[in-house]
Amino acid sequence: MSLFFDSSIARKVSMALSAIFLMVFLLQHFAINLTSVFSAEIFNQISHFMGTNPLVQFVLQPILIFGVIFHFVMGFILEFRNNRSSKVKYAYNNGGANSSWMSRNMIWSGLAILSFMVLHFIDFWFPEINTKFILNDWSGLHNGEFRYFTELQHKFSYGPRVIFYCIAFCFLSLHLLHGFTSAFQSMGSTVGRKKLLQNLSYLYSICIPLGFVFIALFHFFNH
Amino acid sequence: MKLKLKIWRQKNSTSKGSIVNYNVDNISPDMSFLEMLDVLNSTLIKNDESPVSFDHDCREGICGSCSLYINGQAHGPDRAITTCQLHMRKFKDGDTIYIEPFRATSFPVIKDLVVDRSAFDRIQHAGGYISVNTSGNTQDANSIPINKTDADSAFDAATCIGCGACVATCKNSSAMLFVGAKVSQYALLPQGKVEAADRVVKMIDQMDLEGFGNCSNTGACEVECPKGISLDNIARMNRELMKSKVL
Repeated sequence: MSLFFDSSIARKVSMALSAIFLMVFLLQHFAINLTSVFSAEIFNQISHFMGTNPLVQFVLQPILIFGVIFHFVMGFILEFRNNRSSKVKYAYNNGGANSSWMSRNMIWSGLAILSFMVLHFIDFWFPEINTKFILNDWSGLHNGEFRYFTELQHKFSYGPRVIFYCIAFCFLSLHLLHGFTSAFQSMGSTVGRKKLLQNLSYLYSICIPLGFVFIALFHFFNH
Repeated sequence: MKLKLKIWRQKNSTSKGSIVNYNVDNISPDMSFLEMLDVLNSTLIKNDESPVSFDHDCREGICGSCSLYINGQAHGPDRAITTCQLHMRKFKDGDTIYIEPFRATSFPVIKDLVVDRSAFDRIQHAGGYISVNTSGNTQDANSIPINKTDADSAFDAATCIGCGACVATCKNSSAMLFVGAKVSQYALLPQGKVEAADRVVKMIDQMDLEGFGNCSNTGACEVECPKGISLDNIARMNRELMKSKVL
């Protein structure tokens, strides 16, 4: 008997679990970012709470980092193993006849998201880590005022960055259009709920990335 | 109909194969695809050439022997059929048709279009059965109540003919639709529930041992399956495995 994580299905289940975790995170990230459209003050307060709360910083943040790394690494492992299972390729293969482009190209949409995340980390996460953990400044203040909203507006005032963000969110949408239902299918939760999950998938995969694009464009045009 | 065929020719399992071009003439639209290949082979034999080897048996969509990848699709450009049920009326006069064997590392080519699908047999041997102690007290199956939904789902799963189209069409050469169907057909019935936990682990272990890829839920297998085996069976198998490991 193999151990649970030795089996191909266990790898898929772990991939699905990390995906569901990341989708929950994305939802709360979106909800927080959306407040920046309505109120700079609320956005500053929530950002400061998230940025200084010990539970978020020392428990949830490491779990999130682990989740992100795990999802990418497991994605590459699965892709590598899957390529091994079919060494000779078809001379003519009509993949589009029976499956969606998104489902066949998760690795490419994933890589696009990964490249976006590098920029996103350089833009926001690394400066945050530097301020808090290297400079040991946990005040969240700049010139006597909360800096979060100002930093956000400053980043989104640069056109090429906004365009790159918008493109990345298109890839995120494509990734989610397959990934959302795929995660639940891997968990064995789709039996009898296929239609519901498909509708939820469309709702989540289109609305959330579109919402992020809206926020980026809103700040670009209103800074 | 006149057709141009591009067929994978491979002398044996160790030699390197390649696509070879053939032209066929006087093909009736009412012929089955395998009959069209029979016509080609008759010509090849007359010309003292080696005929194209391909698997076939019942020629009525039941045995699961025929296994051709036609114009980029397992069992060709139609739904819910095996290659033997594909008719030439699906093609147009002058068409070029690619004919390849089912591709997967676990399905090595034996010759031309014939592949070794015994990996499926070994998966079945690993756990795809019910151990019935026929000590003389066997209960009549008809006296065991089974709800209609489960009976129908088990029957649907049991219609899998093990042709391997799911593996052939999957970009990862995953056998999870086949294994899912076999696991489901027993797990849904009371007779199969007794060994359900062991069965799913053994069959998945064997599937992994055979070198099949991971399912990435593209759904291509469900679309190309000649018997319309549902992806629900993969979901059920995943759940059965989690149950067997966690509970």
